[in-house]
Amino acid sequence: MYQYDHYDQTLVNQRAQQFRDQTRRFLEGELTEDQYRPLRLMNGLYIQRHAPMLRVAIPYGLLSSIQMRTLAHIARTYDQGYGHFTTRQNIQYNWPKLEEVPDILDDLAKVQMHAIQTSGNCIRNTTSDHLAGVAADELEDPRPYCEIIRQWSTLHPEFAFLPRKFKIAVSGAQRDRAATQVHDIGLQLIKNARGEVGFEVLVGGGLGRTPIIGVVIRDFLPKEDLLSYLEAILRVYNQWGRRDNKYKARIKILVKETGIASFAQWVEKEWATIRDGMRLDQAEIDRVSAFFKTRQYLSLPEVDPALEEQIARNQAFAAWVRRNTVTHKMKGYRAVFLSLKPHGQPPGDMTDTQMNAVADLMDRFSFGEIRVTHTQNLVMADVEQQHLLDLWQALDHLGLATPNVGTATDMITCPGLDFCSLANAASISIATGIQSLFDDLDYLYDLGDIRINISGCMNGCGHHTVGHIGILGVDKKGEEWYQITLGGSSSNDASLGERLGPSVAKIEVTQTIEHILLTYRDLREGEETFLDTVRRIGMEPFQERVYGHH
Amino acid sequence: MDIIKDGRIQADTLTHLDQDAALPKGAFSVSLTRWQSEKSALLATGQPLAVRLLPAEIVDDLGEDLPLLSMVVLEMNPFTDGRSFTQIRSLRERLGFRGEIRVLGDFIRDQMFFLHRLGANAFEFAPGTDLKDRLKAFEEFTVTYQAASDQPQPLFRRRAHP
Repeated sequence: MYQYDHYDQTLVNQRAQQFRDQTRRFLEGELTEDQYRPLRLMNGLYIQRHAPMLRVAIPYGLLSSIQMRTLAHIARTYDQGYGHFTTRQNIQYNWPKLEEVPDILDDLAKVQMHAIQTSGNCIRNTTSDHLAGVAADELEDPRPYCEIIRQWSTLHPEFAFLPRKFKIAVSGAQRDRAATQVHDIGLQLIKNARGEVGFEVLVGGGLGRTPIIGVVIRDFLPKEDLLSYLEAILRVYNQWGRRDNKYKARIKILVKETGIASFAQWVEKEWATIRDGMRLDQAEIDRVSAFFKTRQYLSLPEVDPALEEQIARNQAFAAWVRRNTVTHKMKGYRAVFLSLKPHGQPPGDMTDTQMNAVADLMDRFSFGEIRVTHTQNLVMADVEQQHLLDLWQALDHLGLATPNVGTATDMITCPGLDFCSLANAASISIATGIQSLFDDLDYLYDLGDIRINISGCMNGCGHHTVGHIGILGVDKKGEEWYQITLGGSSSNDASLGERLGPSVAKIEVTQTIEHILLTYRDLREGEETFLDTVRRIGMEPFQERVYGHH
Repeated sequence: MDIIKDGRIQADTLTHLDQDAALPKGAFSVSLTRWQSEKSALLATGQPLAVRLLPAEIVDDLGEDLPLLSMVVLEMNPFTDGRSFTQIRSLRERLGFRGEIRVLGDFIRDQMFFLHRLGANAFEFAPGTDLKDRLKAFEEFTVTYQAASDQPQPLFRRRAHP
């Protein structure tokens, strides 16, 4: 993975020091609440329901074991012994004290980490494919470009006070695992007719209150023009994005109101004036790429007879291998998902003990690295097949081997009313209610790949609009109610879910989801997935089942 | 009144004129609209001329007049309106303005480093502001990734050729 040199390290150290001074000035009354707010947000610090919340950046979701141990140390020392992994591949701490946040940033800086631009109206953490570098369907590893974008966007002097937040995702594979179509800018590595690799650029996608699928603004962008083109889009947005209404301030609204053709013309015009001066050197692409090519893979056989035997003998292990591991571009290796969705636990949470233990497993089994997925799980990407049983036993002992990745109990859930001051309704208890439907694992597996996403308010941090089943908490005269949508997706076939009908009371959500799943089970054809079934039969059969009961 | 200019605290006598205030003897600034309606009268004063821009105003509206001006003043209000940052960059890099770029309004110390990087070279504060404290803003960072007015090359080129 990328390693800081003295430039990167100096900048992060100085940023931590700057924030310490900003916090001191706020506490001593030199900075007003209004002045301090954007400064603390640009360091990931929210004032929440119970305590401040600190969001720490995990650039494109990649962590070393040393960093994981520091995250454990922070959870133990400054929080209540756990952290919460987010849909943007970051981690949040829900209980730090404001006065101690500068110390946390100092601890993070020691392991090349920070909280820079994890909130606020600026360019946020660039996200990517959690299988980057190991996926067989990959054209090129997207992470070097994420790192180049990270550096360009870090303390960018012009774009620290944008109309609203700005999120960029990069994918290098055929299957989009980075949800590039629902980002402010989505970058997809592609090969053009001449065999050159560059980017297809999408703009104006996003979730939140007004979910919109991004549109292509440029079919092919040469790599060397990456930064100048991003800069041109950001400049047009900073100049023309709406500032009169924060709910209309994202770039998606600007693109929609302007029309993509006019918007693209503005960008092209700006781009022409800066393109030559901002070319990315091949030497820099090579320098950064080299950090991601350090794996010493062994030459292994494709099939390991010992593993086949273990699978045949042990049903639980077999289920885990089937559900929680995926193929690797190298023969004899698997990528292993650690499920952060055990039944009865808030999705995405991890204790300091688990983090420390996982750090050791990372060192033993996966080159000392791990990735955070945007579905709030972790992936050890480079595990030799012969180590799967040992790893499974260790993860099972830690409660991280729930064999449910990609199934109905692997839900994306925002913190909801329990932690978030914006939320209208609970999310976590809805998730645990749905999990209780699946004491019978065979039923869960029979339903196959289903994405259920839950948000506690229309800001949509739980990505409900792109869930195959989306659940949105709404406030009705002080009571928690839930709107259900069906048919959303953030993958290549991106789509926004359609409303099932009137919202349902909190107590009825679990049963409603059960009716939806039973309708699917009854009406699917052959191996048809839930999403395909919804797309084929439409909403009506689900509506009849759900509302017919009332 | 003292301002910070070119990294130092300096005395300054610029008057910011309202729409109908009489022209003073010394240096002054006017709004973009006043500039556009009274251009020849203002030029006839023989004074160095400064025009104030609000965040919503377009720097290109000054385009051809820029050689006539000794200063452009950006009024930042509220301080979270980031259009001023793009205005400064466009003035320096795209329109090639070489005169003074001054920031006025309710900007905060923590924005001065960025404003300076983009090409603002003067900062005017509310009366009573501790200017020595504000000077610290320029010393907080010694590393920058991006090229800007204060640094012609991005870090990746400086890394490659130390």
